Amino acid sequence: METLISSLRITVATMAICVGAYSAAVWAVGRAVTPDTAEASIITRADGTVIGSRQLAQAFTQPRYFWPRPSAVDYNGAGAGGSNKSPTSTDLTDRAAQAVAAYGATVENPLPAELAAASGAGLDPHITERAALYQVARIAQARNIPAGQVEKLISDKAFAPGGVFTPERIVNVLDMNLALDNVQIR
Amino acid sequence: MTQAILFVCFILGGTALLSWPLGRYMAWAMDPAGGQGKPNGFTALFQAIGGSVTRQEQGWKRYVVSLLGFNLVLFVTCFAILALQQYLPLNPDAKTAIEGSLNFNTTASFVANTNLQHYSGEVVMSYFSQLAALMWLQFVSAAVGLAVLAALSRGLAGRALGNFFVDVQRATFLVLLPAAFIVAVLLLLTGLPMTFHGSVVATTLEGIQQTIARGPVAAFVSIKQLGTNGGGFFGPNSTHPLENPSFWSNVVQTISIIIIPMACVWMFGRIIGRMKHAAVLFTVMLILMGTRIAGAVGFESVPTQAFNDLPITQDVGNLEGKELRFGASAGPLWAVLTTSTSNGSVNAMHDSLNPLTGMMPMIGMWLNEDFGGVGVGMVNMFLYIIVGVFIAGMMIGRTPEYLGWRVEAKEVKFAMMGLLSHGFFILVGTAIFAATPWGAATLNNIGPHGFSEILYEFSSAAANNGSGFEGLGDNTVAWNIATGLVMLFARFIPIILPLAIIGSLSAKRRATESSGTLSVEDGTFAGMLTATVIIVGALTFFPAATLGPIAEHVTLMK
Repeated sequence: METLISSLRITVATMAICVGAYSAAVWAVGRAVTPDTAEASIITRADGTVIGSRQLAQAFTQPRYFWPRPSAVDYNGAGAGGSNKSPTSTDLTDRAAQAVAAYGATVENPLPAELAAASGAGLDPHITERAALYQVARIAQARNIPAGQVEKLISDKAFAPGGVFTPERIVNVLDMNLALDNVQIR
Repeated sequence: MTQAILFVCFILGGTALLSWPLGRYMAWAMDPAGGQGKPNGFTALFQAIGGSVTRQEQGWKRYVVSLLGFNLVLFVTCFAILALQQYLPLNPDAKTAIEGSLNFNTTASFVANTNLQHYSGEVVMSYFSQLAALMWLQFVSAAVGLAVLAALSRGLAGRALGNFFVDVQRATFLVLLPAAFIVAVLLLLTGLPMTFHGSVVATTLEGIQQTIARGPVAAFVSIKQLGTNGGGFFGPNSTHPLENPSFWSNVVQTISIIIIPMACVWMFGRIIGRMKHAAVLFTVMLILMGTRIAGAVGFESVPTQAFNDLPITQDVGNLEGKELRFGASAGPLWAVLTTSTSNGSVNAMHDSLNPLTGMMPMIGMWLNEDFGGVGVGMVNMFLYIIVGVFIAGMMIGRTPEYLGWRVEAKEVKFAMMGLLSHGFFILVGTAIFAATPWGAATLNNIGPHGFSEILYEFSSAAANNGSGFEGLGDNTVAWNIATGLVMLFARFIPIILPLAIIGSLSAKRRATESSGTLSVEDGTFAGMLTATVIIVGALTFFPAATLGPIAEHVTLMK
């Protein structure tokens, strides 16, 4: 009995401090120091409608936009997940073949691997600089703008996420599509 | 490859260095009266919170009874919150009650410091359930592990075990809470959300609707990583861009997986007063873990063979199930660290790893001691040490001793029961589920990889790990009950038996060590211990590995 009473007293104390006080303190720091990312980097148009989150991939299928990596959950932001398929699974080969067809990749102009491989959560917002350049011709043609303009956008936006540890530069797909459309955001 | 080696050395080296001062701090926090140290003044406060029982020294049986009683209260509280979440506050997205068998599984999972998840957090859990039930258990279940290690260390030092209720508060308030706050702030700075607002509906530039789930993620993820818990706020865990948004958030989280388990070895050394012995143990653990890291990073640098016959450039390894922002070697490194400890969070989908890469996490869970879970990893290693010194003693015809305590048949029986129960739960469970529709009907991949999914799930439950080959459709009544029971038994058997060994040892007279005593501070002991771990731990599972990942590699990889 004494054991249970002591356990209950400690339950109350740990709940109050480790759940109540701790969560409130972390929340307050987030609000004060990183108010944008603390709210999940939501992007809002000047008129108040929400476009998405800077941190999450969205579906893009029109030729005039950069396309993200494939998603096993169709870019579901409220139920994320990966394909969980083994490298020996033919399902992966079938899905990759669809990607190859969509991009019109050929042996002379092979597709960068991440455009055929789904990410862990199906929401990876990035592609590599190489995969972005791979899409320049299509975008330039659809928008009827010079390829150089799209290439400049890519090189302006590309960054190495981990400095010396990650030599391959990446770009945020939604960020570039916003720039292509010249969307006014808050 | 240069970047991979650089990255692994940066993470491991940095964490090993940080673990030294942290181990020193933890020894002060957990064992203030120890040997030469002065009481730190918090003891009186914790006694006041805990009530009269907390003022007495406990023998091993009292300590265990207190521990089990405390865990019973944890279980009931969490189960009730999850069952009633629709009536509780902080539920902006109107989540409904959790189904019974899933609730049992989830509660068992978080009480047992496992965090196996048969649900997706953003789909079924309210913010209140995430914080007050699950995050709360991520603190206190990890604290239970630290308390047990502190008691075991005191016993080996020839002192009274202490009081469970005081120990669990020391671990919660003095070790985990400050560490969690520091890491949570670092995670905020590297981009994690921390909001109580509900989900947002967005309209994309192409006019498609996307619902964006979010929540109080930073606070949750911090203790998830530090307490070797591993249960994600979101379904796909730390692959989710809101749970792990950047390269640097990934670095912080990777370090947080391993730092407290590493520091536990130094804490153990300080309390027993044998730092050289602790250094030998640390080295053995580091070598066992480092071998698997090298294997995983190497195997995973091979591109996925699924794309081999297509016009696809493959020069960066296997990208299926991986995030670009972490870099190429971050996935396999994390996969090994999270299973070497009993963490179980993931930053890449283990189901999609190359077959032999996927075996490395399994081996980690089969051994479950380098560095193991918070507190309990070192306790598991203690079982191997008992068996190791016994075998060594028999080989040279001396009375086996550990730190002057005579190890006899009774202690070795207890240690072997603890070690063999691990294999029993994994292999028997896998056999039953592989042979029946309980397992066979829930697979996401066919052939040997399907077998691997079942084997992985039971390994994860028995190791109190929590990661999975997540393709497995594991939210069924059969999986929920079976893995729930395995997690509970596999949690408490290896906690009770070592304390029973301490009880048995300390009833004997301690011998003084002489030149005739086998040293526990040299290379011979390290070699003996490594051999024991490999023979007793790994070889038990070799036949099962042959049917799963090895068969897949040999028969299906071209």
